Amino acid sequence: MTAVNPTSTPSLFARMIDTGAHQKLLAFASLVLLLIGFSIASPNFMQTSNMIAILQATSVNGVLAVAATLVIITGGIDLSVGTLMTFCAVIAGVVLTNLGMPLPVGVLAAIGTGALCGLCSGTFVAKMKIPPFIATLGMMLILKGLSLVISGTRPIYFNDTPGFDQISRGSLIGEVIPALPIPNGVLILFIVALAASYVLGRTVLGRYTFALGSNEEAVRLSGVNTDFWKMAVYSLAGGICGIAGILIASRLNSAQPALGLGYELEAIAAVVIGGTSLSGGRGTVLGTLIGALIMAVLTNGLRVLSVAQEWQTVVTGAIIILAVYADMVRRRKA
Amino acid sequence: MTDLVRMTGIDKRFPGVHALKNVSFDLAAGEVHALMGENGAGKSTLMKILSGIYPKDGGEILVNGRAAELDGPRAAQDLGIGIIHQELSLMNDLTVAQNIFIGREPRLRFGRLDETALNAQAVEIFRSMNLKLDPKTVVGELTIARQQMVEIAKALSYRSRVLIMDEPTAALNDAEIAELFTIIRRLKADGVGIIYISHKMDELKQIADRVTVMRDGAYVGTVGAAETPVSSIISMMVGREVTNETADIPDLSQAETVLEVRGLNRGREIRDVNFSVRKGEILGFAGLMGAGRTEVARAIFGADPRDGGEIRVHGKPCAISQPSDAVKAGIGYLSEDRKHFGLATGMDVRTNIALASLDRFSGSLGVLKEEDMRRTAQDYIGKLDIRTPSDRQEVRLLSGGNQQKVVIAKWLYRDCDILIFDEPTRGIDVGAKSEIHKLLKNLAKEGRAVIVISSELPEVMRLSHRIAVMCEGRLTGILPGGEQTSQEDIMHLATLRAPSMQPEGYQQ
Repeated sequence: MTAVNPTSTPSLFARMIDTGAHQKLLAFASLVLLLIGFSIASPNFMQTSNMIAILQATSVNGVLAVAATLVIITGGIDLSVGTLMTFCAVIAGVVLTNLGMPLPVGVLAAIGTGALCGLCSGTFVAKMKIPPFIATLGMMLILKGLSLVISGTRPIYFNDTPGFDQISRGSLIGEVIPALPIPNGVLILFIVALAASYVLGRTVLGRYTFALGSNEEAVRLSGVNTDFWKMAVYSLAGGICGIAGILIASRLNSAQPALGLGYELEAIAAVVIGGTSLSGGRGTVLGTLIGALIMAVLTNGLRVLSVAQEWQTVVTGAIIILAVYADMVRRRKA
Repeated sequence: MTDLVRMTGIDKRFPGVHALKNVSFDLAAGEVHALMGENGAGKSTLMKILSGIYPKDGGEILVNGRAAELDGPRAAQDLGIGIIHQELSLMNDLTVAQNIFIGREPRLRFGRLDETALNAQAVEIFRSMNLKLDPKTVVGELTIARQQMVEIAKALSYRSRVLIMDEPTAALNDAEIAELFTIIRRLKADGVGIIYISHKMDELKQIADRVTVMRDGAYVGTVGAAETPVSSIISMMVGREVTNETADIPDLSQAETVLEVRGLNRGREIRDVNFSVRKGEILGFAGLMGAGRTEVARAIFGADPRDGGEIRVHGKPCAISQPSDAVKAGIGYLSEDRKHFGLATGMDVRTNIALASLDRFSGSLGVLKEEDMRRTAQDYIGKLDIRTPSDRQEVRLLSGGNQQKVVIAKWLYRDCDILIFDEPTRGIDVGAKSEIHKLLKNLAKEGRAVIVISSELPEVMRLSHRIAVMCEGRLTGILPGGEQTSQEDIMHLATLRAPSMQPEGYQQ
């Protein structure tokens, strides 16, 4: 632990270490090291086009990871983020393509569906006291099945909705600064991350999110309606999954009902690499973003180096274990 | 007859506490030797030394006449000393036999377990106890009393000649206690020596041969159980030179009754508890561990469900089914276990003070007004003299006394006019203790109704305007505070088994 001087405010540096920023620094340093390493290894890596590809690949996973971060900080876990994303994409497909509604309605429908499904998970966890792992495992399977049922197991294309693919693939930034064609998907990720950061750091909901993960019983005994707030967190996370659903549907210009399984684990991996504690109470959205970037850089870099797909997966697994081990070592010292 | 155990001049220090001072204790074969004393007298520490859990700092232990070096629970087991803890430590999903021989299972070749031998050995032990129990029963399905028997069997399986029982009857009913006593008598007849820790006078009369009393970590004396009257044992426990620093009792006869509890019930833990507290009054709750005081507090606060009972706040019936209802009614509860139930220890002082009232700091769209929170936190840090480098300090880094002040600040800011303090000074050093006491007195002076649950009699006497005493879930009496009540009076009610007394004390 850092030495505490009883008369003065701890230095900014000491506070950063206290609030888990150390792990973020560690993650950030690893990200920089990875970038440097891959640039040296391959001249093709540090190309603008490749960098944009990495960012584009981060966008969907990043948004899902932000959703997972919220739930994990409460001391829970959400295994349904991946299939919920797909389900929301399918709902958008039904609303826009099958029903022919205007674009904003489809987007709102997707986000609303996400929030509603999150509320279901939240109810299972808070009211029915089902452990989050089980509750969201059940939701994961239910949503996977429902996606296939509603879509008739076929992809739904958005060809009749002009501009839908631009949600993710277009570049507002590129229109202003042509040299920087950052896709809108990445822009949306950053907006979502900023908003989530704000909610966590500055709002009642955010404070209770941390408090629930820190000591739920103490919060309950403070007269706080913990069930309500927990359900609110799961709902918010669900809504964010809805945004991810729009992003992935826009990128593929279709809702692919078979997609989604496995995304939840990538999201959780990004959260963990970013220094959020799986036991709750501690975590940051910035850390999660860095974690998601590390995963994307790693996948991309290994592909640029022509490492076989199978080995990429092995390396990713090893990185997760290393990241968490580093965190454990730090904690033991603290 | 040689003594099974002879402990002389035992000394033990913990950081800041001299837990045992030159304590002596001996145990003969075939004897039940009761060890008594108030909470914190050092009984458990002494027994943990004998069972090898704590190392001693000084003194000598002879087992069967030979000097023994008890450097771990294993060493004690090897010398035939077994301990049955108050909290049973059995694995509920394993069978009786599997529990008894955990870690020592008879094996076949290739690491396979010999379940047949395992069960046969368990049956053998039960026969020596004259106990009928199927070794293949899953422990979780047994009653607490039966689980206790399994613990005893487990201790005997180490060929224990000395058996330490720490409040074995705390969770048992009368029939179960009779069953336990039958087993104890049988073990006694076999020459096993039993050290029996209990608070209950009537049990001692039934089962004990000798009684040793401890007080404040020191040996007081050993007397025969049969020929010594209960009152003299109690005065040995309390000590004659009671430093009676009592409370000034204000005249509250005109004050409004703020909280009234009628017919509070839950299972065996709370049985028909009735009391009331007036504005500006401090009502102390005395009793021995497990008397049900915390349970009463949690039931009033809505933290645990209750079977029945009416709670009136300011004369109006109040439906409290969860803590948020209680808080709305202006009741605050400060748990005895601050770390688990009172504080989000990983979060800062500012958040913890605001935790019960975040809605007041919430602007539009639920955005927190940090500046207001900071000011409020600073305000209470000043008012309650919370020693912290800043309001952003994580509360886990504060001392116990300062953590307690943070919890108090939380409830004060919430404007609770009924405050229930459960062991407010547990784990807090002496200096901070008197500060907390001063704080509680001031809260009452300001017109709040204060309930203080404490296991330390001097604390109860120092603070309370009236003293409610509980034993085994019953309110055995309400005594007036001040000089007319002695510690002996309280101890008498706290060890009173049968409900021979109606709650009183409403006459003021």
